[in-house]
Amino acid sequence: MSEFLINSWGWPPFYAHACAAFVAVVLILHVIAVGAMFFIWLERKVAGRIQDRLGPTRVGGKFGWLQTLADGIKLIAKEDLMPADADGMLFRVAPYIAFCASFSSFIALPFATGWVGLDINVAVFFVVAILGLEVFGVILAGYASASKWSLFGAMREAAQVVSYEVPLGLCIVIPVTIAGTMDLTKISNLQAGWFTNWYIFHDPFTFLTSFVFFSCALASVNRAPFDLAEAESELVAGFHTEYSGLRWSFFFMAEYGSMFLVSALGVILFLGGWNGPIPLGQFVFGAHAAELSGLAFFLVNLLGLANFMFKVVLGVTLMIWIRWTLPRLRIDQVITTCWKYFTPIAAVMFIGVISWQLLGLPSGGDLLPLHVDGRPRLSGDVREQHLKGAVLPQGSADRHSAARRALEGNLVRVGGGH
Amino acid sequence: MSTVEKTQIVEFDVRTDEMLVNMGPQHPSTHGVLRLVLRTDGEIVSEVTPHLGYLHRCAEKIGENLTPRQWSPYTDRMDYLAGMSMNLGWSLCVEKLMNLHVTEKARHLRVIIAEMQRIASHLVGMGVYGLDLGSFSPFLYAFREREKILDLFEEVCGARLTYSYLTVGGATADFPPGWLEKCESFLEQFLPVIDEYHALLTTNAIFIKRCAGIGVISREMAISYGCTGPVLRGSGVDMDLRRDGEEWYTNMYDGYAFEVIVEKDGHYPNDHTYPAVPPEAILGDSWHRFYVRMLEVRQAVDLVHQAIDCYRKAEGSCGDPVKITEKLPKGEAYLETEAPRGQMGFYVVSDGSAIPWRVKARSSCFCNLSVTSDLCRNTLIADIPAIIGSLDIVMGEIDR
Repeated sequence: MSEFLINSWGWPPFYAHACAAFVAVVLILHVIAVGAMFFIWLERKVAGRIQDRLGPTRVGGKFGWLQTLADGIKLIAKEDLMPADADGMLFRVAPYIAFCASFSSFIALPFATGWVGLDINVAVFFVVAILGLEVFGVILAGYASASKWSLFGAMREAAQVVSYEVPLGLCIVIPVTIAGTMDLTKISNLQAGWFTNWYIFHDPFTFLTSFVFFSCALASVNRAPFDLAEAESELVAGFHTEYSGLRWSFFFMAEYGSMFLVSALGVILFLGGWNGPIPLGQFVFGAHAAELSGLAFFLVNLLGLANFMFKVVLGVTLMIWIRWTLPRLRIDQVITTCWKYFTPIAAVMFIGVISWQLLGLPSGGDLLPLHVDGRPRLSGDVREQHLKGAVLPQGSADRHSAARRALEGNLVRVGGGH
Repeated sequence: MSTVEKTQIVEFDVRTDEMLVNMGPQHPSTHGVLRLVLRTDGEIVSEVTPHLGYLHRCAEKIGENLTPRQWSPYTDRMDYLAGMSMNLGWSLCVEKLMNLHVTEKARHLRVIIAEMQRIASHLVGMGVYGLDLGSFSPFLYAFREREKILDLFEEVCGARLTYSYLTVGGATADFPPGWLEKCESFLEQFLPVIDEYHALLTTNAIFIKRCAGIGVISREMAISYGCTGPVLRGSGVDMDLRRDGEEWYTNMYDGYAFEVIVEKDGHYPNDHTYPAVPPEAILGDSWHRFYVRMLEVRQAVDLVHQAIDCYRKAEGSCGDPVKITEKLPKGEAYLETEAPRGQMGFYVVSDGSAIPWRVKARSSCFCNLSVTSDLCRNTLIADIPAIIGSLDIVMGEIDR
């Protein structure tokens, strides 16, 4: 957008960048805020149906779809309470840390080709790193509340985070090795074509990896059966025992924001991102979105966005379903699961995927003989095309050239090509 | 060199402070107003001290100022999840003092009501245990079925929780017309639901991990602490007052076919229809106590079916409650009955007037709870709800 403003309208670069940043921030914030509202409503509705109830039915018409908004107003109107012994500064700042960490990760999350706040070539790394910061908010909240139950919650979170981060990181590295890039847009575009091109179907190892990834992702967003930090029946409410009103709602929003984010990450890394099971756009327009421009690009991208959102909501619904079905694990069992099972499994999968590619065994994409453009689509070929710039979006060649150079030179630079 | 070693020793020997934590009386999983003082070292609990008395209402003293029938509503408020069983225990005890035999029809009516109450009570025990372990949905499934039982109870006596239905001399009223059919249709649709509970909890891998091998009460320990009910049978002691109790009580179950739910040689009676005992489970652990309750629910369904048949055949009225001001004979009586949570005993001493001279209740949950300190030593915090929940205590009965 900034390039468009500079090139077409002749804006000074500073104002163009500022304007683009502002629009991107507003858009992303709305996506997350509305998304969180929607997921909270979805959670209550799905939980209700799972438990033989109706869930919210009154506020905002038939399906109670304004329930979350009404709750939000209630939370804002609540008295601002802080325990007398609490560490005031940390107590106040903790919800914002969790909230900012969760929301900042969306900067680098692409929703369709080129539709991303900041296109950086190490987006995977950025998202995971920033998302990991959410834990600080939780630990600070537990520490600053001056409540023993909160402290237990915080310590559990700390113990949990060191357990799940390692297998989660390993699981994320696996699609990155296949794609050869950490750019989420490229990873997703590499899975274009039939659904067999999705990395979950790349080989048996990636198939298993995606399940390990999902379990670790559940742990990373503190959802049942890994919701130890706020274990209701044990720790009253865990780290947010002493929080109420708006501050509590920030934790709540952060949780749902993170759910959205890890689900989106899983979709891009394993489930083909915004590529549908059938390459519909390619049938109609004869090329992938990345190779199109103008209205065709917009339409295909819009379809991709719908695909992407559908898969992400599916992932979140799965998390909700699991939460309302399973009992909670104990802290030692969580640590055992993560260290003794997930980590070795993920490591074996990592080696397996690398060997699979080294041996040149056929990937899922080779199973379907029908290719859109009539060429065999080995992942290596596609990557080569990428490196040559063949599949890059038109008009953004400059933006990608830096990333391309970085890839060709086996260099990884933070910050992208701006 | 030596200084380095010294710092290493200091670092490895860092002692973390022990922390005293109050669990309750306002805590989601202490089942009412139980207060546990935990001495914790991180997640490990080294000592648990239960504190009682937050729900004490001087029920026994009130009983010494009211006639037995007037006191019946107070027994409801003891084990408020099994009010009918409390009514039954008190009524039988006073009847024993008065040497009053109820009619045949009233006897079968009491079995129907008592066993339905057992189902309702165990459903709460089961659902809340799921809640203690962090699984929310089974709780609502259990309450869904319990609601139906409460609806049936509401029809017979007008109350949903504190019934005062069974009383000295029989019951306050007969079943309304068509009630037995409703009861039968409930049982019919209830049987497949039990399988749902087994799928959601009993056989769930996480559930088994959380409660198998946790809180093991050995046979000897259970007996020496005076544990009763499912807690005792979960430890493998073959004891059920419906079979082994005093004649005054077992007469009620005369002619009924049922087996005591207790593990014999690694098998439970009727275990062919229900999931097998997982290899991780140790006799006397939380899982066994839970399982005993689940099997008792199944058994209670059979008993109600039998009782309905007997009730239909029986003739006469379903009891004639004694006058409220009926004078009690001089003497004393003590009777224990098998309430859902264990052996509930009532003791009454009369000096010949209408108002008893002394009333005492023996609570099953009190003895069951006394094991807590022993069981919870050196466990994790998360195990405490898993242990307390499996004892299925009701504070109203402990504090009275």
